Amino acid sequence: MRNAFIEELTALAETRDNIALIVGDLGYSVIEEFADRFPDRFVNAGVAEQNMTGLAAGMASEGYHVFTYSIANFPTFRCAEQIRNDVDHHRLPVTVVAVGGGVAYGALGYSHHAVQDYALMRAMPNMVIAAPGDPLETRACLRWLVDNPGPSYLRLGKAGEPRFHESLPEVAPGRWVPVREGTSDAIMLSTGAALGAAIARAEGRAVWSLPLWSMAAKSDQPAQLARHGRITTLEDHLADGGFGSWLTEAVAGTPAAARIEPIALSPEICDLVAAQPTLNRLGGLTL
Amino acid sequence: MIEAPLVAAEPQDTHPLARRIRGQALRMVTRAKASHIGSALSIADIMAVLYGRALRVSPAAPDHPERDRFILSKGHACVAVYAALGETGFIDRALLETYGTDGSMLMAHISHKVPGAEFSTGALGHGLPFGTGKALAAKRRGHVWRTVVLTSDGEWGEGSNWEAALFAAHHGLDNLVCILDYNKLQSLKSVDETLRLEPLHSKFEAFGWAVREVDGHDHAALIDALEGAPWEPGRPMMLIAHTTKGKGVSFMENRVEWHYRNPTPELLEQALTEIEGENGCETPLSRS
Repeated sequence: MRNAFIEELTALAETRDNIALIVGDLGYSVIEEFADRFPDRFVNAGVAEQNMTGLAAGMASEGYHVFTYSIANFPTFRCAEQIRNDVDHHRLPVTVVAVGGGVAYGALGYSHHAVQDYALMRAMPNMVIAAPGDPLETRACLRWLVDNPGPSYLRLGKAGEPRFHESLPEVAPGRWVPVREGTSDAIMLSTGAALGAAIARAEGRAVWSLPLWSMAAKSDQPAQLARHGRITTLEDHLADGGFGSWLTEAVAGTPAAARIEPIALSPEICDLVAAQPTLNRLGGLTL
Repeated sequence: MIEAPLVAAEPQDTHPLARRIRGQALRMVTRAKASHIGSALSIADIMAVLYGRALRVSPAAPDHPERDRFILSKGHACVAVYAALGETGFIDRALLETYGTDGSMLMAHISHKVPGAEFSTGALGHGLPFGTGKALAAKRRGHVWRTVVLTSDGEWGEGSNWEAALFAAHHGLDNLVCILDYNKLQSLKSVDETLRLEPLHSKFEAFGWAVREVDGHDHAALIDALEGAPWEPGRPMMLIAHTTKGKGVSFMENRVEWHYRNPTPELLEQALTEIEGENGCETPLSRS
């Protein structure tokens, strides 16, 4: 996913001379090609995420589409107010990119786990969350973000995630993307790199992915839910403030709300040391 | 479309402009029963010098790509900027009367929705990183316009400012000017009693900035410093402006309470009289 991101961004930057990349002193063996090909549009801001984000907003106000890149919570929680005030409120084209969504960094521990990032980013009125489920969704999301510049958050897993799509899927905020067909009207709906876990638990249910969502895209959800029976949401994030919570809010007061069954990580994993597959299992995401 | 070259506004006498800014700021906070008049009076002379002389900006083209960018990081002093924009033709003077009222464009912290205002602030420590991004963008694209950021002194408690200070020096942003409004008084007590900044001059020098100190109410000194930029090739500029909080109104000067209070109609009259009396005033302030 990380590699799909940087390959796609580098390709897009060839034809769009306003794409810039700012890293927070991270991205070893990932960002080098971009940095070498576009030195005028690359900055390592150092270990200083608040400045990185304010800086990105300043550059964006002068016509750049800036991507800030770092690990897990560093480009989000550490500089949450810069995202809220400088980027989101001014509706500036800054895409915050976090690598290591969910518990991808495993035994590196809680500091490196992004399991509350949806809660933070979806509280911002103009923010589009891009949480792709595989490398092809990553490329599709990135193209959409570049074609629709604005405040956005791209949440990546790490490297080596499997491909679940045959071809580049069509993505848009709020639009569900079909991944696997099923044999009943019950479905699984996941966001982000939890897509693999959703497929593994499908048991005959159709699997859908929602890689782009936002506060505004809530209004599209009731119509899509109405076409299905029981809906199990799945995310590598805590339940509170997460994706299932977003979907439930989107259909609150309609009969569909009772058909949503969210699966999310249990907060117990916040105190555990283990590799990602173990944490996902102990957290209740995988069986 | 090719934009016409920027025709900057004619320089104007900055002393009467400063008095008009003070008068408007006082009337705005009085009408709106708003806070922070002390902070606004502290920067009134700096605003008069910036909008009357030093900034290359034009009210006829507030978004002109070649304009200098001014960012108020101490967003709570916004009435001084709104007054300057109103007195130099960026916005209608009548708009100032809506300050702080329901539905007004003039939020009680600086708003980017106001023509001529680049950036909304209010939370401290945001202006310099943002301005640094603008300065870096200008450098990378070879533009000659400058970015001027005005910070308070208390907001140098924010780590984000020091991050930006490191960055601007590392990247040699000699197109960036930071004016530090050093009135030495923050929300509860003096800076020295709260979170000491001294030695400030040598601190910024050690960070790699070109540093100058001026009396922030001395127009000639401010003009000299701002028109002489860049001071040293490859170094961002820190202009430490020694100021007095509440400057120009005797009962407000150096008094923490005027970070919060708004004047009664009687005190407003007294304040306006004091300001008009300062060096004489050829255009009397309206009492509307």
